[in-house]
Amino acid sequence: MPELERHSFDVLVIGAGGAGLRAAIEAREHGMRTAVLCKSLFGKAHTVMAEGGIAAAMGNVNSNDSWQVHFRDTMRGGKFLNNWRMAELHAKEAPDRVWELETYGALFDRTKDGRISQRNFGGHEYPRLAHVGDRTGLELIRSLQQKVVSLQQDDYAETGDYESRLKVFQEFTVTDLVLDDGKVAGAFGYWRESGRFVLFEAPAVVLATGGIGKSFKVTSNSWEYTGDGHALALRAGASLINMEFVQFHPTGMVWPPSVKGILVTESVRGDGGVLRNSDGKRFMFDYIPEVFKDKYADNEAEADRWYADPEHNRRPPELLPRDEVARAINSEVKAGRGSEHGGVFLDVSTRLPAEEITRRLPSMHHQFKELADVDITAQPMEVGPTCHYVMGGVQVDPDTGASSVPGLFAAGEVSGGMHGSNRLGGNSLSDLLVFGRRAGAGASDYVSGLSARPVCSDSAVTEAERVAVAPFSGSDGGGENPYTLHMELQQAMNDLVGIIRKADEMDQAIKRLDELKRRAATLVVEGHRQFNPGWHLALDLRNMLVVSECVARAALMRTESRGGHTRDDYPQMEADWRRKLLVCRLSGPDGSVEVVEEPQIPIRSDLLALFEHGELQKYLTADELEG
Amino acid sequence: MGYQGHFRVWRGSDQGGGLEDFTVEVNEGEVVLDVIHRLQATQTPDLAVRWNCKAGKCGSCSAEINGKPRLLCMTRMSVFAEDETVTVTPMRTFPVIRDLVTDVSYNYEKAREIPSFKPPAGVAPGEYRMQQVDVERSQEFRKCIECFLCNNTCHVIRDHEENKESFAGPRFLMRVAELEMHPLDEADRVPEAQSSHGLGLCNITKCCTDVCPEHIKITDNALIPMKERVADRRYDPVVWLGNKLFRRN
Ligand SMILES: Cc1cc2nc3c(=O)[nH]c(=O)nc-3n(C[C@H](O)[C@H](O)[C@H](O)COP(=O)(O)OP(=O)(O)OC[C@H]3O[C@@H](n4cnc5c(N)ncnc54)[C@H](O)[C@@H]3O)c2cc1C
Ligand code: SF4
Ligand code: SF4
Ligand code: FES
Repeated sequence: MPELERHSFDVLVIGAGGAGLRAAIEAREHGMRTAVLCKSLFGKAHTVMAEGGIAAAMGNVNSNDSWQVHFRDTMRGGKFLNNWRMAELHAKEAPDRVWELETYGALFDRTKDGRISQRNFGGHEYPRLAHVGDRTGLELIRSLQQKVVSLQQDDYAETGDYESRLKVFQEFTVTDLVLDDGKVAGAFGYWRESGRFVLFEAPAVVLATGGIGKSFKVTSNSWEYTGDGHALALRAGASLINMEFVQFHPTGMVWPPSVKGILVTESVRGDGGVLRNSDGKRFMFDYIPEVFKDKYADNEAEADRWYADPEHNRRPPELLPRDEVARAINSEVKAGRGSEHGGVFLDVSTRLPAEEITRRLPSMHHQFKELADVDITAQPMEVGPTCHYVMGGVQVDPDTGASSVPGLFAAGEVSGGMHGSNRLGGNSLSDLLVFGRRAGAGASDYVSGLSARPVCSDSAVTEAERVAVAPFSGSDGGGENPYTLHMELQQAMNDLVGIIRKADEMDQAIKRLDELKRRAATLVVEGHRQFNPGWHLALDLRNMLVVSECVARAALMRTESRGGHTRDDYPQMEADWRRKLLVCRLSGPDGSVEVVEEPQIPIRSDLLALFEHGELQKYLTADELEG
Repeated sequence: MGYQGHFRVWRGSDQGGGLEDFTVEVNEGEVVLDVIHRLQATQTPDLAVRWNCKAGKCGSCSAEINGKPRLLCMTRMSVFAEDETVTVTPMRTFPVIRDLVTDVSYNYEKAREIPSFKPPAGVAPGEYRMQQVDVERSQEFRKCIECFLCNNTCHVIRDHEENKESFAGPRFLMRVAELEMHPLDEADRVPEAQSSHGLGLCNITKCCTDVCPEHIKITDNALIPMKERVADRRYDPVVWLGNKLFRRN
C-alpha cells in the first residue's frame, strides 16, 4: 500500500453545498482550522441547481409576513411532524441569513423600493422567496464560495498562505469516518483524480452531504446524491429519522427520455402557470384536501384574481404543497387523462406575455428550448413527478446540529426533522444557511471544549483501506457490474417504494435490496484507481443500498399517509402517528438496518398557540389538545 | 428511433494519449453526455468525464465536440447527422488529467487573485437598497456557471502558456467588471484590471462570447466597458476620482 497522505484540522466539513460552505465559514470565523471536502469541483455542489428561491419572512412584499407565519406554514407543510424547535429557529433566523448573503456580494432581484424581491411559492402564505430569476441556487453557492475566497484572501494578507485557516479539497470522496472510543477522530477517503487515499484527522466533522435521490430512477438529483452522509452517520453509530418521507416534486420533465426527471421549477406555478390534463381541464380544483379547503380557491375565477389581489381571494390550488400536487398528477395520469408521454400539461404560455416569461423564467425557457425543442412562451410543458428531496436524515440537536455521536454534526439536506413529512419549496436553501451556521458554531464549541484530541488508530485506517479497494479484487464467480446493480436498485426503489406505496410491494423491495446487497459483495471493477467512475460507483452503491433499506423499512412500518409518504393501503393521516418518529440505526455485526418507534417531543405551548384550535384538531390527538 | 453512432473519444493522461473509435447506440432526444455515459456503462467503464447537474447549470462537463468548446450535457445528438463521426476531446487550454477531464486549477487560482466584494461601510445587513436596473448589469455576469469554456477559448492563453501568469482570462476579467458595476461595492478596481489581471492583452475578438453557454455578452458588456474606463482614466485622471463610471448619479 502506498504512503498514506495525512492532514490535520480542527473542523472537517464534508460537503461544499450551501450547508457545508456556511458551516465552514462559521467554523473559520470561530478560529478553527477548517477543511471543506467535496466530491465535485468547488462551486458545483448540488445547491447550484436550486432554482426558485430562498424562503425568509422579510416582509418586503407583504408586510404582514413574520416568523410566526413562516413557522405556521412550515409546520402545515410538514403535516406537523416537523421538529418544532428547528422550524422555529429556521423561521426566526432565515431573514438574517439572507441579508448576510448581501454582505458577501449576492445580488437578488429587487422590489421597486430597492429591497430584496420575494415571490410566491407553494404552501407559503405570503410572497416569501428571495430569488434571482430562476437561478437562486447559483447565486447562493457563488456568494458563499466568494465569501470563502475572501476569508482566504484575509488569511493570505496575514499569513502569506491562502489556505492557512480554510482549505477546500475538491473532487475528494470520504468513504468512512474514523472513530476513537465512540468519538469522531477523523475521516478517510480518496482523491477522485488519483485514487490516492487520505486520512484527515479532526475531532469534529460536519456532514453536509445532501440527499439520496440517485437511488431512484426518475430523479432531479445528480450523481452526487448517493446518501453518503446518511450512510457515514449510520456506520458511525448515529441515527436517522423520518427516512420514509421522500419528496416527489410534482413537476419534472418527462420527455425526451434522457432528460426525464430534470426539474421544472415551482416558480412556473408561483408566477401564474397552471396544470391541465389531456381534456384541457385545470384539474387541481378536484384535489384540494379537507385540511386546506379554507386557504385554496375552488374556482378558476377566484384563483386568477388572487395573483393581483391576494388579500381578498384564496390562492390557486396549483400552489398546494408539493405532495398534494404530485399525487394529483399521478392520479390524473393513472386515470388516463395524461399527456402523450405520461405527464400532464403545465402551461404558462397562455398566462403571461412572452417577454415576461423569458424575464422571469429564463433558465426554464432555455432548458426546454435546448433539451426538448419546446418553446414555453408558446406551448405547454409536459411534466410529471420526480424524486427530489429527502426529508429524512441525521437526528440532530436543533440548536447545535450535534448528532448522538460526539464530534459528529450534520446540516442541510442530510439532517432530518426540520421539514417533518414534507418540505416547502424554498425552505431548503434557508435551512442550509440557518443550520449550516449553527452546525459550524456547534462543532467549534465542541472542539474548544475538548481536553484531548481523539486518535485515529492504524487498524481503523487499514480497515477503511481494505473496504475501499475491495471492488478491485472482486470475488470468485461473482463479477457483478456496478452500473447494472445501480440500475436495478433505481428500478426497484422507483417501482416499489415510490410515490404511492403498498405493503406487499415494500416487502418485495426489502427482499430485492437484500439480494442486491449480497450481489454487491461480489462487485468487480476494471482498470486502476485513477479517475475511475466504475470504482466510484461501486463504493457509492454501498451507501445507496443501506440508505434505501432505511427508506423501505421505515415506509413499511408507517401505516398511514402523510406528506411525502403515501400508502395505498392506509390512505388516511392518523393523529397518533404524528407523535411517533421512526428511527433507523445499524445493528449487529453485519450492520443490518433496524427501525424503532420513538416518541416525538411535544410542541411547546406558545408555538401551539400560534394556531387556531380548529386547525390543530386536524392534526393532534384529543389527549394532546387537552394537555 | 435509435441508431448506431460513430464516436471518437480522446483517451489518455498527462503522459499522452489519442483518439479511440467507438460505435454506440444513440436514442431520440439524447445529448452527447448520455452517449458518453452509455460508453461507460457498456464498453469503457473507466472512461473519465466530469459532470454533475446534466442540465447546463453547474458548468462541470466542458469539453470540445468536433473541435468546438461546448457543454456535453447541452449538446444534443440531433445537431449531428446520423452518419457523422462525433469527436470528443478535452478542453485544450488546461492540462489533461485523464480522458475528458482536465486540471482547471488555473481558474481557481485566478479567482483568488481578484479582490473580493467590499461591503459599504456603515450600511447594516438588511439595509442594502438597490434598484433592479442597477443590479441587472452585474446580474448578467453572475449568471456565469464557471464552465471555463471562455477561458479555454481565449487565444491569449489557448496557445500561449506563458500568458497564463499575467492574464486572468475573460471569466475573471468579467468578475472584476461585475464587482465594478455592483451598486454598493466600495473598491476601485480599474487600475488593477489593467496592471494585474491582464485586461490589456484582450484584443476584443469576442471568441469568449461566442462559446458562452449562458449567452453572456462578455466582450461587449464587461470587457469593452472596462477598457473604456481604463482609457478614460489615462486621459483624464481627475474626472474619475470618486466617480464610478458604471454607477448612476
Ligand atoms: C433541481 C433542484 C432545484 C431545487 N430548487 C430549490 C429551491 O428553489 N429552493 C430550495 O430551497 N431548495 C431547492 N432545492 C433543494 C436544495 O437545492 C437542496 O436540498 C440543497 O441545495 C442541498 O444542499 P446541501 O448543502 O445540503 O447539499 P449539496 O448542495 O447537495 O452539497 C452536498 C455536498 O456534499 C458533497 N459530498 C457528498 N458526499 C460526499 C462524500 N462522500 N465525500 C465528500 N463530499 C461529499 C458533495 O460533493 C457536495 O459538495 C432544489 C433541488 C434540486 C435538485
Ligand atoms: S474578447 Fe478578449 S477575452 Fe474574449 S476571447 Fe477575445 S481576447 Fe480573449
Ligand atoms: S462566462 Fe460563460 S463561458 Fe465563461 S465561464 Fe462563465 S458561463 Fe462559462
Ligand atoms: S453537467 Fe452541469 S453543466 Fe453539464
